[in-house]
Amino acid sequence: MIDREQVLHVARLARLELSDDEVTKISGELSNILQHIEKIGELDLDDVPPTSHAVELANALRPDEPRPCLPRDVALAQAPDVADGGFRVPSPTA
Amino acid sequence: MTDYEAVIGLEIHVQLSTRTKMFCGCELSFGEPPNTRTCEVCLALPGALPVANERAIHYGLLIGLALGCELAPRSIFHRKNYFYPDSPKGYQISQYDEPLCRGGRLGDIRIHRVHLEEDAAKLVHTGTSGRIHGAETSVVDFNRGGTPLVEIVTEPDVRSAEQAGEWLRLLRATLRQLGVSDVNMEEGSLRCDANVSIRRVGTRELGTKTELKNMNSFRFLEKGIRAEIARQETLLRAGQEVVQETLHFDPRTETITSLRSKEEAHDYRYFPEPDLVPIAISDEMLERARAALPELPAARAERFERDLGLTADSARLLAWRAELGDYFEAALSGNGIEPQPLANWVNELVARIDVEDPAQSKVAPGALATLVGLVSEKRVTQGAAKQVLDRLVAEGGDPAAIVDEEDLATVGGDDALEPAVQAALDANPEIAERLRNGDMKPIGVIVGHVMRETRGRADGGEVTRLVRSKLGL
Amino acid sequence: MTSATDIVALTAAQAAAAIERGDLDRRELFEAYRERAAADDLNAYLWVADEAPQTNGGPLHGVPLAVKDLFCTQDVPSQAGSRIIEGYRPPYTASVVRQLAEAGAPLLGKTNQDEFAMGSSTENSAYGPTLNPWDRTRVPGGSSGGSAAAVAAGSAPWALGTDTGGSIRQPAALCGIVGLKPTYGAVSRFGMIAFASSLDQAGPLTRDVTDSALLFRHMVGQDERDATSVAFPEPVRLPTAQRLDGIRLGVPEDLTGEGVEPGVMERFEATLDLAHELGATIQRVALPHADYAISAYYVIAPAEASSNLARYDGVRYGLRREADDLLTMYTKTRHDGFGAEVRRRILIGTYALSSGYYDAYYGRAQRVRTKIADDFRRAFEDVDFVVTPTSPGVAFPLGAKTDDPLAMYLNDYFTAPMPLAGIPAVSIPAGLSEGLPVGFQLAGPAFSENRILDTAYALEQAIGFDSSGART
Ligand SMILES: [Mg+2]
Ligand SMILES: [Zn+2]
Repeated sequence: MIDREQVLHVARLARLELSDDEVTKISGELSNILQHIEKIGELDLDDVPPTSHAVELANALRPDEPRPCLPRDVALAQAPDVADGGFRVPSPTA
Repeated sequence: MTDYEAVIGLEIHVQLSTRTKMFCGCELSFGEPPNTRTCEVCLALPGALPVANERAIHYGLLIGLALGCELAPRSIFHRKNYFYPDSPKGYQISQYDEPLCRGGRLGDIRIHRVHLEEDAAKLVHTGTSGRIHGAETSVVDFNRGGTPLVEIVTEPDVRSAEQAGEWLRLLRATLRQLGVSDVNMEEGSLRCDANVSIRRVGTRELGTKTELKNMNSFRFLEKGIRAEIARQETLLRAGQEVVQETLHFDPRTETITSLRSKEEAHDYRYFPEPDLVPIAISDEMLERARAALPELPAARAERFERDLGLTADSARLLAWRAELGDYFEAALSGNGIEPQPLANWVNELVARIDVEDPAQSKVAPGALATLVGLVSEKRVTQGAAKQVLDRLVAEGGDPAAIVDEEDLATVGGDDALEPAVQAALDANPEIAERLRNGDMKPIGVIVGHVMRETRGRADGGEVTRLVRSKLGL
Repeated sequence: MTSATDIVALTAAQAAAAIERGDLDRRELFEAYRERAAADDLNAYLWVADEAPQTNGGPLHGVPLAVKDLFCTQDVPSQAGSRIIEGYRPPYTASVVRQLAEAGAPLLGKTNQDEFAMGSSTENSAYGPTLNPWDRTRVPGGSSGGSAAAVAAGSAPWALGTDTGGSIRQPAALCGIVGLKPTYGAVSRFGMIAFASSLDQAGPLTRDVTDSALLFRHMVGQDERDATSVAFPEPVRLPTAQRLDGIRLGVPEDLTGEGVEPGVMERFEATLDLAHELGATIQRVALPHADYAISAYYVIAPAEASSNLARYDGVRYGLRREADDLLTMYTKTRHDGFGAEVRRRILIGTYALSSGYYDAYYGRAQRVRTKIADDFRRAFEDVDFVVTPTSPGVAFPLGAKTDDPLAMYLNDYFTAPMPLAGIPAVSIPAGLSEGLPVGFQLAGPAFSENRILDTAYALEQAIGFDSSGART
């Protein structure tokens, strides 16, 4: 139901490397799970509104007032690679 | 561009000038050292949650009202999911199918939608060179990350690069008047992308469009669009296809390069942001926005034209730069001087000062009004008045006083002017002869001579009258 | 009283009262638990405080608190049971943990959990499984298994957990303690490392119902840092009910579910009989869509998780696998940093949100969610509470379900519907089956925690469950 190609496509979207064995294993597992999930396909839900939150709330806003920022050394403290006061990464377009 | 026409839609991102970021309490950054304006929220530390900035939403409503949009009674935030180092959460909080504002119009361009979102962080490309493609590593600075943005999307109503620039200036003037943003293209608080396609004149269906990014000044915007229109036209004429892609305009080389060619098709997996609740515009919020709405440039230009009889050009010139409009109206107030001459003199003044706002110059609005009054009463000539203005700009003061001190008052009355005219005729006998024989063409020579003699204080009409009577014409 | 075993025999409320009376010293109490936590051999703890914090007065009188790993605690490891943030020490503390510390419940330790709360056995922890104190060959349930085991084993007086599809109630049931999943929004999520934002709720894991009410009382409150939090509409009361006259309990006809172990069914029915003797009426209610809850849950939770876990990218904190290009750095870091179950759910969630599938999966699941909430709303017109077994079975042997994700997911059969509807539910011990605890679940309308706990209290007295079996 979800083949290797789809698994690889989704893994790419999710930025997850998968070995060949993992792809095989996971496409089997996902197929089982999706099969069970597709139970919801049975229901007629055409005029049912979606719920993204159980409790209906609105306008929980924040006044435009500053809060203290983190000291830079704290912000950078747990970064794997720091340079020039920033977080270093391999260049996106390299 | 004879048998082709361009179809252009604009996508504008505006950084709002709130105190703090869109979803956290960090103060907005103005060139502070990297990563000194961050917190658990805008660094996307585990467990942190966003809370929307009340003023950013107020500004969104102001913009919606100014652009005549339909304000959604209920709008929600979505997550736009993509991996990139400038997006710490791995998604941008934006609005998708339930934006804050829909529809609307500014000038002759229709607005498609207006929505709120957060800005990305800044990627500083390091490595072999600063140039994007040569770089090996980049460094992320999250100071800008999370700055409130309003995205304004127009309908594809723009037909030329010039129109795009013109309209963007009106938008900038409008946003500046609203006081919701610094709207500075060079500094990135106003950013414009263009969706460009061309089609044969008379055809309805749209051609393949390309998205043109990174035009960070009005000049580049117009250059970029012009270049892209030309590029597409060349392709079509050569019987080739326009490919849908994102293009990058390089201001230095003024060339267009494909930016994202190797990138896979995006699948942003939008879904409603579960950490935030809907925005439901209350009457109170709406009232606050309405009350805060100033007169906008388009309306002001219309009023100048309609009520003051200014020419369309003068009206727009004064209205699109609020400080000029304000100065103009200050000078106009009270004294019954003519609006159009005053408008022209405001331009004379602007041409002479190096500050944006004439109110910051040495020339008080009242002083300029007085000067214009002197001119229209013919007590000084245009030429003399310009000398007065030069001095006002240099040291300020009262025009009338300057006129007296420098003895610039119009030389009027026959006895005052007659000798000068006589002298001019005597100095140019052959011209006087031609005039006598009814050939009036060279009279300018005489008038010019008189003007020189009187240091521009003579009234041209008077001089002509005197010449005619002296020669018995 | 001096002997550590005597001290540990006290419930949290009793210990607080003893300290208030001056019969017990709060440092003595902290030390007694600190020693037991440090000596924990169930792998319930991932970190234990080495001394009592100086000041902790307040209404909770210094009764120490074990906290699930995924709550951010400043300068203290907060890893959500994951390798990808191993050793991560946050620069800030979760609102609810800070609130409880200010109320006088100091941090005792951080407890083990399924990675990012994804699991029902605590076997998905990157730091090894937690053992069930009733039988060390079995799982404690999950994902809050470390908290449940610590409280059951008496190495913590009480603990914090989180519940997304049953992660407080199911381990409480499997460990023979009380677990409360509050109304969505009642407790701030700020500083709680997210699994599924629209479902996650923090709640107490305690030895009895009174402790649950006492801890919950100091957890509630609207938080300006959590836009989805709401003020609790009334004070949280300590339970007192002795009888259940006039209380209507509803047994969902569609949810008694096949695949429930006989021993569990037997304890469930015995508890209904007790409720009846206390004056409650038992009736059937219809929850026609509850049977679809698991399916909807396993779309919504992974979808939100796939987005919530995108921030673990090796840039700002946590694990990083170096590579010359960004894509490889991302994919290797996330492959090596996440465990198999987390990767599985990220992939399900990404798939459910991806273009072409959104409507069929995420969109539909959100509509099923509406139906389930409506079902409960209608049910609560006829009954005060919906009651079910908490879990289809008792604690299962370690490894029994690790190779069968779907079987593992079915543990949430009775507990998944309530978070989807945002309503509160409690699990209380209903006795033993083959020497292992069985949980009885009561669910009520939003913000009915006071009434739920009062009813649970009356049942608790009647059941008279002896939890000392796990405290050795
Ligand atoms: Mg945008
Ligand atoms: Zn911030």
